[in-house]
Amino acid sequence: MVDMTLQCPVPFTHSETVMLAHGGGGRMMRSLIEGVIMPAFSNPALDAAHDGAVLTINGSRLAFTTDSFVVQPLFFPGGDIGTLAINGTVNDLAMCGARPLAISAGFIIEEGFSMDTLRRVISSMAAAAREAGVQIVTGDTKVVDQGKGDGLYINTAGIGVIADGVDIAPTNIRPKDAILLNGDLGRHSLAIMALREGLRFESTIESDCAPLVKPVMALLDAGIRVRCLRDLTRGGLASALVEIATAARRDLQIAEAAIPVREDVRGACEILGLDPLYTANEGRFIAFVAPEDAARALALLGAGAQQIGSVLETPGGQVTLTSVIGAARIVDMLSGEQLPRIC
Amino acid sequence: MKFIDEYRDAPSVHAFADAIRRVTTRPWAIMEICGGQTHAIVKFGIDTLLPPEITLLHGPGCPVCVTPVELIDKALLLAARPDVIFTSFGDMLRVPGTQGDLFSIKARGGDVRMVYSPLDALKIASANPNRQVVFFAVGFETTAPANAMAVYQAARRGIDNFSILVSHVLVPPAVEAILSSPGNRVQGFLAAGHVCAVVGYEEYAPLAEKYRVPFVVTGFEPLDIMQGVYMTVCQLEQGRAEVENQYARCVRRAGSAGAQAMIREVFEIVPRKWRGIGEIPASGLGLRAQYAAFDAEKRFGLAKMNIAESDQCLSGQVLQGKIKPHQCPAFGVTCTPECPLGATMVSSEGACAAYYRYRRREVMHG
Repeated sequence: MVDMTLQCPVPFTHSETVMLAHGGGGRMMRSLIEGVIMPAFSNPALDAAHDGAVLTINGSRLAFTTDSFVVQPLFFPGGDIGTLAINGTVNDLAMCGARPLAISAGFIIEEGFSMDTLRRVISSMAAAAREAGVQIVTGDTKVVDQGKGDGLYINTAGIGVIADGVDIAPTNIRPKDAILLNGDLGRHSLAIMALREGLRFESTIESDCAPLVKPVMALLDAGIRVRCLRDLTRGGLASALVEIATAARRDLQIAEAAIPVREDVRGACEILGLDPLYTANEGRFIAFVAPEDAARALALLGAGAQQIGSVLETPGGQVTLTSVIGAARIVDMLSGEQLPRIC
Repeated sequence: MKFIDEYRDAPSVHAFADAIRRVTTRPWAIMEICGGQTHAIVKFGIDTLLPPEITLLHGPGCPVCVTPVELIDKALLLAARPDVIFTSFGDMLRVPGTQGDLFSIKARGGDVRMVYSPLDALKIASANPNRQVVFFAVGFETTAPANAMAVYQAARRGIDNFSILVSHVLVPPAVEAILSSPGNRVQGFLAAGHVCAVVGYEEYAPLAEKYRVPFVVTGFEPLDIMQGVYMTVCQLEQGRAEVENQYARCVRRAGSAGAQAMIREVFEIVPRKWRGIGEIPASGLGLRAQYAAFDAEKRFGLAKMNIAESDQCLSGQVLQGKIKPHQCPAFGVTCTPECPLGATMVSSEGACAAYYRYRRREVMHG
């Protein structure tokens, strides 16, 4: 690695400046986390590199997670920064197979921010917490000078309890396991992008922002053999699959034709040159389940859920996609965020 | 989705693949000119369905890839100025100059903004009369009409804090440069559908005749590309060298008169440097004298800057179809999307980026 960077005229991955792409959910973000943060804090719970840490306390297993929300605009079709903060946090817990217990909320507010807007955000957080069946039990507020923040940032932490017998991890996936997706891709990203950039499409695209506790608990309570779960936030479906395949050293196969993408989202992606496989979602997850349980799991996940692929017999860590015209290609992580194309 | 799914229909695509197999009797090298087509080919795996005799070579039609490093460096200089709001299509932000890219300028405090249209840059200029707003006007004939329109409107509305950094290039001169090069391998071309939608395809007839190569104006969906390849192979096998139009649902022989008039109003034909290829005479567009006030190079005194390319990057040979991306020794080793030597590794239409993203494991390990 050292030789490579010496020859490179533009060594971005070892940049001395933090770039936006370091937060984009792709390879640069991984290099920031794995190169700068993880080595300094290394411990078994952190090194598992899951959506949340799993801690064993007096014989019971707790999932513990944290997240920060810096979305602009604060309000968008289908949600706002408040619903995003609650759902994002409970979803990280759900992806550990945990039933969420309690959440903290820290607010960093810019001087001059409208009190009424703050009330609206707080009230949607309360509503989202009720829907997810979780309480907000502690919090913090800080106010920064005007110009030193972007209106409102929210940081959360969450804890949840993992039932006996539940063990969710990439290394648990086995050959022939079914890969299930709970609904259509891409709506959250496109909803935010349309609003932020003033793009108008024929219909309003609403974010898919939703709590995933109920569908995950439905799978676990029904005794579905769930091996691994992952929500499809930054980096989208493709990055989640690549991360799991790499961690498990297993080859995965998915079919493009089986991946649901709503027509308005597909259209917007075609215009902008974006691939729905990499766009962020806030209410979508993949579940790796035992092949015999796949049909039952799909029924529990309800309309819109699809089996999109399976785990192959071969070890390796590669994700292969069969394109709509029947040819195979690899699926890789992007470097940073997708950029709209020129023409 | 209407007008998309029909052109991604697997049985029809395979039927064309069979038809190509039936008419092919010997090896042929065909170049798709446009980077959008290159990505569709690799993303859908279209080339894997073709008979082994057919080699697809990836052409120079990626606006990001052919923008010379000199222009990128000029963009970086402008973007770093405190009085400038630098606006660009998203694709250009990650392209390396000699000292980083526009993203790194932004990270160091430069006001770099991604826009979806040059007219959005004009809006920013009119909303910020005390700042200079520069738009990075890159691209082929496809982006030229809108960029011309932005300058035309700026002139009419007197928005004099607006200027464009021009790096416009034209397809036919690049095609001629490839055909007249001693190492040329290309025997037939898929001409870029969207470029032809603007300027038509009459310009290709003299090239087809002079160099005895077929041109088929081709669209961007799998079925378009398959049919384009089929039509090209048919011409090659029959010894014909004509200009045909596969993409008739979008392209007329004469192109769009309105778009061409707007280009002619604002731009004139000038020599241009191509990244990795060098200067090609009469191969680009520059602002006409009456719009020279909107030329960022003149406004900021950058016209004389001259910068050499990295000699490790073989993108020039990739863009001319002389080598495939993975045949460059730097591919995936000293040149990756995080650490690119050339724009072909960064752009969403670049051939090296397409191979890195969709084919890396195959081409590097087997």
